[in-house]
Parts: sequence; C-alpha cells; structure tokens
Amino acid sequence: MSAITIDKVWKEYGDQIVLEDISIEIEDRAFVALVGPSGCGKTTFLRMLLGQEQATRGTILLDGTPLPPEPGPDRGVVFQRYSVFPHLTVLGNVLIGKEMTAARYSGRLFGAARKAAIEEAKALIAEVGLSHALDKYPAQLSGGMQQRLALAQALIMKPKVLLLDEPFGALDPGIRAEIHTLMKRLWHENPMTVVMVTHDMREAFTLATRVVAFERLRDRPEEKLRYGATISRDIPIWPPRRAGEPSLIRPDRDGPVQKGQ
Amino acid sequence: MRWINVRPSSGMRLTLAVAPFLIVLAAYVAGSAARLADNANDKLLPGLSSFVDAINRMAFVPDGRSGQILLWADTAASLTRLFSGIGIAVAIALVIGMLIGMLPTMRALLAPFVAAVSMVPPLALLPILFIVMGLGEASKIALIAIGVTPIMIRDLALKAIELPREQIIKAETLGGSSWQIALRVVLPQILPRLIDTLRLQIGPAWLFLIAAEAISSEAGLGYRIFLVRRYLAMDVIFPYVLWITLLAVGTDYILNRLRIGIFPWSELEKNT
Repeated sequence: MSAITIDKVWKEYGDQIVLEDISIEIEDRAFVALVGPSGCGKTTFLRMLLGQEQATRGTILLDGTPLPPEPGPDRGVVFQRYSVFPHLTVLGNVLIGKEMTAARYSGRLFGAARKAAIEEAKALIAEVGLSHALDKYPAQLSGGMQQRLALAQALIMKPKVLLLDEPFGALDPGIRAEIHTLMKRLWHENPMTVVMVTHDMREAFTLATRVVAFERLRDRPEEKLRYGATISRDIPIWPPRRAGEPSLIRPDRDGPVQKGQ
Repeated sequence: MRWINVRPSSGMRLTLAVAPFLIVLAAYVAGSAARLADNANDKLLPGLSSFVDAINRMAFVPDGRSGQILLWADTAASLTRLFSGIGIAVAIALVIGMLIGMLPTMRALLAPFVAAVSMVPPLALLPILFIVMGLGEASKIALIAIGVTPIMIRDLALKAIELPREQIIKAETLGGSSWQIALRVVLPQILPRLIDTLRLQIGPAWLFLIAAEAISSEAGLGYRIFLVRRYLAMDVIFPYVLWITLLAVGTDYILNRLRIGIFPWSELEKNT
C-alpha cells in the first residue's frame, strides 16, 4: 500500500506564502499529474513529498505515518536534469541503489551478491530498452535515454511512491511519446503510486488517473506575497484508469501496455 | 574570411607551436655570440658548447668531492621533497575539502578558517618553520604542504558544493547514507578535479621548494642553482632551470593522461 494523505499543508519562505491550505488524498496506485502555471508551487509541493523541504504547517502522511524529514528509499525521484550519475555507466547507475542498500560501509557488492544484483539491474535496463548501452556513460546517451536510465535507477529500489519533476519536459515530441508508453507500462507493472509535475497538459491527460491543478486564486501584485497557490481543480480521468487493469472503453490507450508496443 | 574563422592545419599548428621556442633559442644564440665576440670570457650568456660541457659535468660525471652525479642527486632530493609535500597536501585537501563541501556543519566550522589561512603568505612562515622544525627535510616539506593545501581545499570544496543538488537527493532516495554518498557519489566526481587542481599547484609547489632549498639545504635543484650563482655559473643555471621546467611540464602531462585514463567519463563530460 502507498496512499498519501496531505492535510492542510502550508509552505512559507519567510513572509512569502507559496502554498496555502493544500489538502488532498492520493489513493494507492494512483497516477497524479500536477499542472499549473510557472511559479505556482508545484515543484515545491513535490519537494515536500520527497522530503527535500518541510511543510511550514500541516501534515503529510504516507500510509498513515508522517513522512521522515529527508529523502529516503521509499520515495523514488526522476528530475528533468542531473538525475543520473555522470561517473557511472548505465549498469553502474542502476546497480548503485542495490549496492548502497546492501553494503553499509563499502557501498559495493562482491561475488555472488554482485552477480545477483547485476542480473536484476540488467532485467530492469532491458525493461527500459537500454540493453545495448550497458557500458556507456550518461554523456554518451541522448536525453531520452538518460531519462529512461533515471527511471530504471529509481525503480530498482521498488519505491512506494515515484515522484517525477517534469521528467520529459526537455525531450522532443517523438521521443516523448515513446517514453510515455514506457512510463505507462512501468506504472501498470510496478506496485507504486506516481506523482508527476508537468507543464504539458496533453502529457497529464495521457498518463494520469487524476489531474490536479495548482493556481494562485489571488494574484494581484499587492496580494502576491500574502496569498499562496492552492488546488483549484481536481479532475478524475474518465473512463477511469486503474493500474494493472485494461480499460473497458479504450483498452489500447488506457490499459496496461503490451510488450513490444 | 574573418580571422576568427581561420583554423590552422595540423602541420601549421605544429609549426606555430614550435616557433616561439625556436625564436627564443635563436635570440639567445645571437645574443651570446655577440657578447662572446666582444669578450671571450663573458659569463652572462655562455655559448651552447659551454652548456654541453656543463651538462656533461653535472649529469654524467661523478662529482670529485662527493662521488655522486650531482644532477641526479639534486633531482632525487628535490622530487622527494616535492612529492612528499604534495602528497600530504592532497590527503589533507581531500578530507577537509569533502567535509566542507558536503556537511553544512563542517562548512560553518572550517570554511572561514581555511579562507583566512589561505591568505597567509607561506614564505612568511618559512622562518617559523625553520625555527620550529629545524633546517632538515621536515621544514621544507611542511612549507610545500602549507603553501598548496589551502587553495586545494577551497577548490575541492567548491567542486563538491557545485555538484547538482539533484544528484545528492537522488542518492538519498537510492538508500545512500552520508558516508556512502561521500564514497560513491562525491569522491569519484571530485577526483578528476583533484588532479586538475594538482596540475595548477605544481608551479607554486616548485616555487616553495626552491625558496626553501635556496635558504638552507645540502642538495636539491634549487640549492644547486643558488650555490653556483656565486660563481656566475650561467652554464649550470640555465640547464638546471630548463630541467626543472621539463620536470614540471612532464608531471603536468602525466597527471592529465592519468585523469583521462582513470576517469574516462570526465573527458566525455567536458566535451558535452
């Protein structure tokens, strides 16, 4: 289970109120897209879920327990840039999560344990379509391949929640469509809840089970400081998409993606 | 075509690169010939044949008094001091640089101190070092270490701070502890920068070495230069200076090759 409860959360930087009175229940296995104009606090909200920033007021619960005040292995993340480590190969980038979890002091695995971890990593790399690039460094990969790698790297931790911060914003439309297909398949196949920040409405409605809009309801210059953004729309997608189940009406579009598609 | 768009061919590049060296050499030969024509005993700009004599005397014939071949004995003494000092500096700079770069608490504790210490002119400390540590090897090695460490610390700390925050967050979501992130994410990424910093600090390190050797020493490249200065022995000083330059250039080249060899990704990143 990985349901998130956000209850009356405020975020302030000094006098500046960024987010005000955010309350939302994100159910287990949901795929929530956060949309809204620039500077309306979507990324701040995502960072609070990540544990990178703390709410000024209010509570955020993951499966009923308050979030720890720092990022951890139960919440994976993919950023728009700098998500992968430039000094590790594709295999190394996916392996490092396993290695750091298993070896407390050296952060490395040896022998049979390493072999098993490599097998698991390779399977995941195949899943995102990077098997041909195992020994390449990120600098040798295209933007789309780097984001695929970042997804594999996050998924090897089997996170309860996957947080995506405009992950496909820098990709060109063709590549973006491909990676959307991949993203949908990963969501259907992995037991996780996804929260994605995006600027792209089409992307939001293509992928999500629910589109949540952030907006500053009072945005006159003299109000900017004292009024933050809040949730202005919460649109469930119809027909409903459910993780792992084909949709009744548009199975091709909304169901689990078949291999090879 | 505009000049900014003119690119020399590879042959042309080689010619251009060699030209300044040849011009300096030719200017020296001409100057030396002119002075020797006026006074055959001129010591200021000796002819090339005197250099050959001097090099032969210093580099290939054992010294009459000590039985050592002086150039090699001097080189060994100097390089031992140089690399000991640099080795100590590297070890300290890595540890403190990473502490400052990664841990906000250590940054608050150490960064202002290191910034202040790096402003102390190391040569002004030399008398103190000689008084406290004696005239032996320790004070010379200490001078080199003190001279280059603070700048290396600051450079490595800057590099560690410059690492995108996203990478550190990502490492945390991959289960990394502070120690593991230091070991697997930060350290490998600052090592190439360490080598680059080291390359830039080779020059200052030689400066401190020669200064220390000039004041008190019994062997060493700097010691020899300042010793023979008393006899205006330009035929020895010039080859020694050239040799020191060659050693420094060689170290620089080897370090850069080492970086590309050990950290191939750092070269790829540079090109993107």
